[in-house]
Amino acid sequence: MSDVEETITRVHHEEWARVIASLTRRFGDLDIAEESAAEAFATAVERWPDDGVPPNPGAWLTTTANRKAIDRLRRENKRDDKHKEAQMAYDDPPEPLGVIDDERLRLIFTCCHPALAMETRVALTLRMVGGLTVPEIARAFLVQETAMGQRITRAKAKIKAARIPYRVPAGDDLPQRVSGVLAVLFIVFNEGYLATSADTDPVRHELTAEAIRLARLIRALLPTDGEVVGLLALMLMTEARRTARVSSTGELVALDQQDRGSWDAALIAEGHRLVRERLAAGMPPGRYQILAAINAVHTSARDVRDTDWSQVVALYNQLVRVDPSPIVALNRAIAVAELDGPEVALATVDELEDSLAGYHAYHATRADLLRRLGHSQQSRAAYDKAIELAGNTAETAYLTRRRDQLG
Amino acid sequence: MQFLVSVLDDKTNSATPEEMTAITAFNERIMADGNWVFAGGLAAPDAATVVDNRDGGAIFTDGPYLESKEYIAGLWIMEAADLDAARKLVVEASKACNRRLEVRPFL
Repeated sequence: MSDVEETITRVHHEEWARVIASLTRRFGDLDIAEESAAEAFATAVERWPDDGVPPNPGAWLTTTANRKAIDRLRRENKRDDKHKEAQMAYDDPPEPLGVIDDERLRLIFTCCHPALAMETRVALTLRMVGGLTVPEIARAFLVQETAMGQRITRAKAKIKAARIPYRVPAGDDLPQRVSGVLAVLFIVFNEGYLATSADTDPVRHELTAEAIRLARLIRALLPTDGEVVGLLALMLMTEARRTARVSSTGELVALDQQDRGSWDAALIAEGHRLVRERLAAGMPPGRYQILAAINAVHTSARDVRDTDWSQVVALYNQLVRVDPSPIVALNRAIAVAELDGPEVALATVDELEDSLAGYHAYHATRADLLRRLGHSQQSRAAYDKAIELAGNTAETAYLTRRRDQLG
Repeated sequence: MQFLVSVLDDKTNSATPEEMTAITAFNERIMADGNWVFAGGLAAPDAATVVDNRDGGAIFTDGPYLESKEYIAGLWIMEAADLDAARKLVVEASKACNRRLEVRPFL
């Protein structure tokens, strides 16, 4: 890649959301903002190799995109008030940075509005905030490009028609709305970390990287939100283990078998620093902060035998109070098995059958506990069920080998 | 900006006295706050008549245009700045009348 191409890629990452946000505020229309921003970046790709990169690429792109938007409105002959307004505002001096950052935050909250379906929020955030192309998002979530294009188009139309405001929610609403934003990022990250389909790579770095990048952006925009810090820390410590998690033969490597020397020390250090920052804040932690703390305990142990399981179980007890879901109960039971033995854990796991019978990890956990208790036959049946339900290729390979090793 | 808030139910005029009290209290409050435009209950769909005079010579059909278990049993028209402001009101309205509600903006 040439220097200019690299610069364009970097600028695209850094400036896409700003350009969209600035245009959305000016024209009040996500459609116009998106199409004009895309045209502006296309123009940059055409011209910058010959003309050189402008001294302030962000401002150049915003100005160019504004011009494209006005051309578009003129072409479409929408000579309404918005158009006039836009023309009047056209020669405004550029806003100070703080204002634009607010604009980006507005953009994120608009894309993650609770009146939109979760999958729509994910798609829209990746497109409008992340700057991923429609084909990229379609590939990420294994839907047809046309279907994904329609989903995004419909979402933009709904934002307009349902009168979803372009605004950062105020006061009481904010924590609740932030949790929706974080849920979107966590879905993107998890789909990257444990791809649910057999048709993709088991781990998809482009998605985990994008989720982390967006989490960093949100942290910069909302520095005092503890759960934002918690989610970022959680993702960093998880990402640190990414390369150790799949073997050269494409098989999942469980946490206790991973080569800890190949974990990314810098990411772990950053995650630990963020967890300590939250502990020092002395505020009651939410779900992501507790999950991050659990990850910090795991990543602190140089050897799996040094894992402080009582600490892990204590944190899970705390998590159960915040999030009393059966999946949390299942993960807690896995830690309990290390502290109190597989028999105690199995009793807890068996209680979860009604709610988790369709979840592969439930059967995988049971299979492992039954194996450790020497119940080979029951274990084999549980592995079979887990393999049937698992979609991730690395996970299927791992479960199959464990099953076939049973005596 | 006005929003239509539809009350979804499979019964008509079925509010309990407690619900009526809560609805009245809610209505009085949003009147005082300037969000109230109109509200009312609707007779059941079997009281509906569909009229089609598109081609002249009006045709009357007995019953609703759409058969469904749940229907619009009542409605509010509320004044709110945007969907977020409307949602806040509708969240309270749903609590007050103890029904599912649908909110849609007028064009």
